[in-house]
Parts: sequence; C-alpha cells; structure tokens
Amino acid sequence: MTLPIFTTTEDPGPDFAGLMRRLKVPTLPLMAASTAAAPTEFRHGTTVVALRYADGVVMAGDRRATEGHSIAHRSMEKVFPADRYSAVAIAGAAGPAIEMVRLFQTQLEHYEKVEGAVLSLVGKANQLGQMVREHLPMAMQGLAVVPLFAGYDLARQTGRIFTYDVTGGHYEESEYNATGSGGRDARTTIKLGYRDGMARDAAVELAVQALYEAADEDSATGGPDLIRGIYPLVATVSAEGFAAVPDDEVSDRFAALIERRRMEGRQP
Amino acid sequence: MTMPYYVAPEQVMKDRAEYAQKGIARGRSLVATTFDEGIVIVADNPSRSLHKISEIYDRIAFAGVGKYNEFDQLRVSGIRHADTKGYAYSREDVEARSLANLYAQYLGQVFTHEMKPLEVEILVAELGNELRPPQLYHIAYEGTITDEDRFAVLGGETEAVAAALDEAWTATWSLSEALKAAVTALAGPDRTLTAGDLEVAVLAEGNGRRAFRRLVDEELAALLD
Repeated sequence: MTLPIFTTTEDPGPDFAGLMRRLKVPTLPLMAASTAAAPTEFRHGTTVVALRYADGVVMAGDRRATEGHSIAHRSMEKVFPADRYSAVAIAGAAGPAIEMVRLFQTQLEHYEKVEGAVLSLVGKANQLGQMVREHLPMAMQGLAVVPLFAGYDLARQTGRIFTYDVTGGHYEESEYNATGSGGRDARTTIKLGYRDGMARDAAVELAVQALYEAADEDSATGGPDLIRGIYPLVATVSAEGFAAVPDDEVSDRFAALIERRRMEGRQP
Repeated sequence: MTMPYYVAPEQVMKDRAEYAQKGIARGRSLVATTFDEGIVIVADNPSRSLHKISEIYDRIAFAGVGKYNEFDQLRVSGIRHADTKGYAYSREDVEARSLANLYAQYLGQVFTHEMKPLEVEILVAELGNELRPPQLYHIAYEGTITDEDRFAVLGGETEAVAAALDEAWTATWSLSEALKAAVTALAGPDRTLTAGDLEVAVLAEGNGRRAFRRLVDEELAALLD
C-alpha cells in the first residue's frame, strides 16, 4: 500500500466510492450486467419496518434469511446504524445488501472525517440512492436490494424516513413504511395502530406487533424464536443518537403480546 | 558556453533542511501527551475551523504543524489510507504504525527528490489497548520517525516546551492535570493561554468505537480551571 495522494485535478474529495474507483478497488456493483440467467439460490432478507414517533424514529427487522424455500440463517442482522444519527435496514439479496450497508457506513464516516462536517440527513439519503441506482444492473438479474433509511434530522429536530425502489428513486415517508416480502402485512398492522406523536414505548410496541403479523403471514419472515432465544432487532434514532432496544425488552414485549392474545381467547 | 553549476549534495540537503526548518519554526507549537485514560493533544491554535488536530480512524488521531495546505493533504491521505484498509480487510487491521511508516516514506521521498521539501511536522497518535501501550509517532519534514510513549512536541520552540513537560509528566495523571501542564508548557513563561486560544482533542476509552473527541467551550474551560 502507498499513501493515496492525488493531484488537485484528480482528487476524489470526500467521496469514498470515488476514491475506491480511482484506486481500482471493486465495490458495487459486485458484477457487471450480463445476459446470463440470475442464480436462483441466494440469500434473501425479508421484513423491515420504520415508523416515526415523538422523539425520532423506530426501526425494526426480522432475523431470517432464506435460500429458495429453505432457511439459510436464523440470526441475520438487517438493521444497522449508518452513523450516529441514522439507521439503514435492508431487504433483498443479502450479500450485496450487506456490502452496500458497509460501503454506505464507510462513505458517511469518510465524508465526516475529510470534511470535518456531518452530511445533512437528505444528503445521506441521496448518497444511498446513488448506491442503489448503481446496483440496478444486478437488480435486473434478480439480485435486488431495497433499503429503508431513517434518521434524526438535527436541523429540523425531527425523525425522517426514506424509502427506495430498485432504480435508486427515494421518497420521503411522513409516517411509516415497511419493505421486504412481509412488508405489506407489517404496513397494514402499523397503519391500524399508528398515531401522530406516539411515545417511544408505544412505537416500539407497534413495530414488534408489525413484525409478529408479518412473520405470521409470510414464510420468508422470521418471528420471535422462543426456542433459541432469537428476537427481531429493534432500534431507535433520536436526538441522543442511534440506540438498539435491549434484547430483554424485545423478548418481554413478544412474550406479553402472546400472553395477551391467549387471555383474549385469540390464536396467538 | 556556460558551465552548469556544481552544488555538493551535502549543500543541497543542508539548504533544503534549513528551508523546511524555517517554515516550521514560523508556526506555533503543538503538544501531545498520554494520561491515565488516553491521549490528549493540545495545539496553540485560535482558529475554530482550520484544525491542526483531527480524527483518522477509530483509535488513531493526526496532528500537524507548519504549512496548513501541506499537512492537510497528508491528513486527508491518512484518512483515505485508513478507510480503504479498514474496508478491504477489517477495522482492527488498521494501525498507526503502518500509516506512520507511509508518512515517513512519503516525506523522505519528497525531501530528497522534489524541488521543495514539505514544511511540516506531523504526529500520528494511537490509543493503547491490553496488548500495547499508547503510541505517539512523530514524523519530521525529512521523514525521520520517532516513537514516543510519554509525550511529543511539534514545531516552534520545541526544546523549552519539551523540558517543561519532561519535568511535569507522570504516568497516572488525569486529563485535567495533563492538559494544564501541556498548556503551561506551550505558553512558556511570558504568556497565558485560555480556552479560546487552544484547539484540544482526546483519544480516550468511553467515547464508543470512535475514540476521538474534541474538547471545546465550557468543557475545556472547566478542565483548565
């Protein structure tokens, strides 16, 4: 390795992906577009949700990864801190999705260190959009990655959520959204319980319920695994930054949810 | 026909060294020292936006004195090196020693082969862990590298500052004690430096994965009190 020093006209500035291109280190997309048929057996990640509450946003994701019809992994993480004040959740082909998150995290930190200033929340959302767009050739082959991005906007002092499509188009959501194969069920659950300016506990509870319902309807979404003690990941992003909701709290909420349904005489 | 001048290589090196030293001596000094929970770096720098001290990676910080545009280019290249290495391998594979060596190579290369040497002195500091103590790599304009495990003084009139710190230094002093001693050493006998004249940052445990943190305003004033 040598010291990466560039002439002023070739300097990539604070752009980490641009730097990697100049250094000829391959990042995204992982392979060039070709006409070959998409591989059928690759890991898929599944239901992730985000919703706004009074102090910021709650983000949650199940833990199951599937390969075709079999379960490939039971404790996959799909919700990541992007930086101190934002989080990114992924649905789609697991390999490229995790690579995209890693590149995105590095990109944000790289910008912050080189520039000595943090990107605005919309700036971060645009960066992620560019990465999804660059990934389009692979999405066309069936390896789509659809992230969900949420964070706390320090300038506006509010939580904000952005959803993406495979072309890199991104749209701001005013209340909540969910993506992945169980996204539809999760969205419906949130829609029924969502109130403006919810407290943190109510928002976490609603996210837990949404994942529970999604796992109930969608084979590729994992529910709470009581036998192995594996529970969905839930995190909040507020003025205090990214914080994972403790495992104990999540497991207690699932236990209470099941118990409540039993008491009401419903199927859990 | 005119004959090309012959200049002895010794003379060339001497002239370049003198040129670089003059440039560096014009600037103000900077001090880094270990304390019981990490490393504190203090610069005599009243600017709030043109930093002499900055973050390179999780446990690595950079500081430079001399010509701003030159050490800033080195700073950015250090961040690039660390981020690409951490991305290609893993975060724990990024260490200060290899970066300090790259800096030394580059500065040495420029000193011997370019018209003008870089008028900078830089510091690469790395927070220690269970396996190794904190390290301060001090790299001079011609690529000489020294590693210190107590304190380092860069730029300006280093001898008086180093002598003052040598007397005061203890392995177990707190952040506040280390900071006060560093500021007194930087100020010398004739000046007093207040929070507004200083740029201060620490590498310390308890800041999460990224150990680098700037100390500003009230927090800095309270520590200096």
